[in-house]
Amino acid sequence: MTEELDAGIVARQIAESGELGEPARNRHEVGAARRRKEDARLVTGRTRWTDNIQLPGMLYVAFLRSPMAHARVTRVDASPALHRPGVVAAFTGRDLAGEQGSLPCAWPVTEDIVVPAHPPMAVDEVRYAGEAVACVVATDRYRAYDALESIEIDYEPLPAVVDMNAALEDDAPRVHEEGNRAYVWKFGTGDIDAAFRDAPVVVERTFVQQRLIPTAMEPRAVVAQTDGDSFTLHSSTQVPHILRIMLATVTGIPEHKLRVIAPDVGGGFGSKLQVTAEEVLLLLLARRLGKPVKWTESRSEGNLTVHHGRDQIQRLSLAAEADGRLRGLRVDLLADMGAYLMLITPGIPILGAFMFNGIYKMDAYDFTCTGVFTTKMPTDAYRGAGRPEATFAIERLMDELAAELGLDPIEVRRRNWITRDEFPYTTVANMTYDSGDYEAATRKALALFGYDKLRAEQSERRDRRDPVQLGIGVSTYTEMCGLAPSRVLGSLSYGAGGWEYAAVRMLPTGKVEAVTGVSPHGQGHETAWSQIVADALGVPFEDVAVVHGDTAIAHKGMDTYGSRSLAVGGVALVRACDKVREKARHVAAHMLEASAEDIEFSEGTFRVRGTEAGTTIQEIALAVFGAHDLPDGVEASLDSDATFDPDDFSFPHGTHLCAVEVDTETGATSIRSYVAVDDIGKVINPLIVEGQVHGGIAQGIAQALFEEAVYDSEGNLLTTTMADYLLPSAADLPDFVTARTETPATGNPLGVKGVGEAGTIASTPAVVNAVVDALRPYGVRDVPMPCTPERVWRAIQGGAS
Amino acid sequence: MTRITVTVDGVAHEEEVEPRLLLVHLLRDRLGKIGTPVGCDTSNCGACTIMMDGRSVKSCSVLAVQADGSELLTVEGLADGPTWHPMQRAFHEEHALQCGYCTPGMIMAALDLLKDDPDPSDEAIRHGLEGNLCRCTGYSNIVKAVRRGARAMSDQEVTT
Repeated sequence: MTEELDAGIVARQIAESGELGEPARNRHEVGAARRRKEDARLVTGRTRWTDNIQLPGMLYVAFLRSPMAHARVTRVDASPALHRPGVVAAFTGRDLAGEQGSLPCAWPVTEDIVVPAHPPMAVDEVRYAGEAVACVVATDRYRAYDALESIEIDYEPLPAVVDMNAALEDDAPRVHEEGNRAYVWKFGTGDIDAAFRDAPVVVERTFVQQRLIPTAMEPRAVVAQTDGDSFTLHSSTQVPHILRIMLATVTGIPEHKLRVIAPDVGGGFGSKLQVTAEEVLLLLLARRLGKPVKWTESRSEGNLTVHHGRDQIQRLSLAAEADGRLRGLRVDLLADMGAYLMLITPGIPILGAFMFNGIYKMDAYDFTCTGVFTTKMPTDAYRGAGRPEATFAIERLMDELAAELGLDPIEVRRRNWITRDEFPYTTVANMTYDSGDYEAATRKALALFGYDKLRAEQSERRDRRDPVQLGIGVSTYTEMCGLAPSRVLGSLSYGAGGWEYAAVRMLPTGKVEAVTGVSPHGQGHETAWSQIVADALGVPFEDVAVVHGDTAIAHKGMDTYGSRSLAVGGVALVRACDKVREKARHVAAHMLEASAEDIEFSEGTFRVRGTEAGTTIQEIALAVFGAHDLPDGVEASLDSDATFDPDDFSFPHGTHLCAVEVDTETGATSIRSYVAVDDIGKVINPLIVEGQVHGGIAQGIAQALFEEAVYDSEGNLLTTTMADYLLPSAADLPDFVTARTETPATGNPLGVKGVGEAGTIASTPAVVNAVVDALRPYGVRDVPMPCTPERVWRAIQGGAS
Repeated sequence: MTRITVTVDGVAHEEEVEPRLLLVHLLRDRLGKIGTPVGCDTSNCGACTIMMDGRSVKSCSVLAVQADGSELLTVEGLADGPTWHPMQRAFHEEHALQCGYCTPGMIMAALDLLKDDPDPSDEAIRHGLEGNLCRCTGYSNIVKAVRRGARAMSDQEVTT
């Protein structure tokens, strides 16, 4: 074919040089366990972390932070810092008050919600320990930190507000003048009073979702620079696109003069879904000083000031029939907002509102959430964001119900879950689950786990009063992800849409650049997206490059969170590929002297139906580049883009089973086996999926057994280091047995559901159910998280007494 | 200021440093060895692990002056031109990294572990890497990778 190309000398040279790509025949990339393209730079130390950036003339920023949870700033003077060596500038909140604006909250969940002003640098009052009160800009990072001690500041202490119940009392000290109740959000369906009236069984429990620190391994870092006209901000963020528009709004820098780049980002888990004080302040400093400025947080600074996750008190009542069939569920939440409402702080517990019913059928549901201000770091998204809390509640309640009725926890679930022939099923929370097969996932999990054998061992150990007891925990979860249908977000007062964008650029050599609006930070999208494009266009996996995370290159997107990248962004990419093929088909028809209707596409080649005559997509790309002989009215480009807005969420589900050994003499727990069977619909790359599941389970186990952000009664954070905030190490975790069932999602052409959060959502209740199950003979009905040896031991003592 | 000499990944450097300068900052800020990241400030996470005279150290907990006269090896010095070290390849093959921030330190700690135990059990690997935290993988694939890397390294020794 190539010798027939009439596309000029450059095209001929490309064709003759062997640079022109060829189709990938007989290869199916989607579903293959491709090793990741990302790894090359990551295993060799050539990664592009924000803190790696060194620019000529760059200055370094250090922040002075409040040592008090709540205080009036009566005097602050940064000028003594200016005399220290290497110091270029120093500013207080008052210096910046006229230009720093207020950090945005994009999800005011009710009409009458209290959204207090949130200055990036405190001006008159500090409301959590760690809030920035002044900064120094110096020629190196050591000098910047040295000079902080010269800043003079006086505080007049105000009472800390750390307990949510106390915060809601009438005479409680106030975090903000408007009071400590940020909002009350209600939702309900069915006749809840009828469901509870004369209910044969009512299970009432209060669970505490402890506060967590997300702890991405890469600390946050920000670099801001300006050429005098426009600004570029590098940040370790999950949301460069959201950040750009929000920063433009806060700082007044016009959107088209602001470029935001998320280079390689070392994990996020929701913690980098934020518009942070430091991002705003670094832009202001670059604007004031005209020099590039960099700030990199220390881990201790991060524990104090990266938004925290979870932190709810859940008051729950479940009404059931004597046979275990559910009648209704009442949920009354207190959700700790912390001191301010950040980007989506108030919406996090609301994301859980539609998930408390889990995979079960019931007649009525009643949900109330009260957002409470305290003098602590604000909370916001952390892996699962509202849904782990909800799943924990219902899965713990199902085990409690089983215990109450003397039923096996699997059996009580089976009597209540939606059966496979009932899909699509509209739940009591008005969500329509498109597909699923809870029976199949559970059957597979039980077999892999050896459920009956473990139950027999448990009973044998109970009989002989073994000091090491065995507990078995069940979690049959679902979640709503793939955030999100824009119309649903609109109905929930969310500040933006939930669509996603992709573009495909066909280069002259037939190589492909896929532009995506999602913003990976460890997931492996460069690999998975290459697989999708390879199959859609019939090009080799190796011939696809994926570009993202820079608003100048991938200008449009809604970024990565809520297990949305594939289910929304991946579908946008498929749609863009469809458009490329359609454009190419018309050029192929012209080149093959046939009608477009007679052109078929398969494995990278366009053929005239019923003949062998064909031309490859690469040859068409080259011909379009030359453009010497295009049909009339055809644009000299195959490039295409697409924006996809899902009709609904996606609903992955699965069954997780955990066996825990509990030493009743010491309270020590040890996970003996963990089986996860997840149904996430179709899979693009099983290797990446398994990695997501592993990591998710680890984080869920961490909530169950290890992690807690602890504030003392004066509002001091006691867990400011990794020595105090216990992240599990390799020695603390077991191997995981993972498997899948597959019921394709019906709402998108890939049949995919999300997987990024599933493991975390499922695993926490599985582990705690196992711990409690081990201790039921001791009269234990709950162990508060994290189930540390001390808490387990105390529960045994308390239960026994 | 103190004058020190260090060899990093085969290249000799002579530097004037403040006595308080951390080795990891010498590497990153002065010598451009940005392959070694910093993940905490209390030596818990191990992201900054490198080899100093053949044994692993957390370079955030070593002063640059303590490294005077030392031979340092970072993740950037492992590959032989375009050919990756067997442990780098093993991490890639077993999908033992996601965001990759802990990976340089994890690989260096794994190599140190193999010096004492060239054929470690899963349990020995889990305990040997206790000082290196990963937030993404749940560690299962890291354990597999270290085992695979160990095998590849011993095969390589046999053939060379």
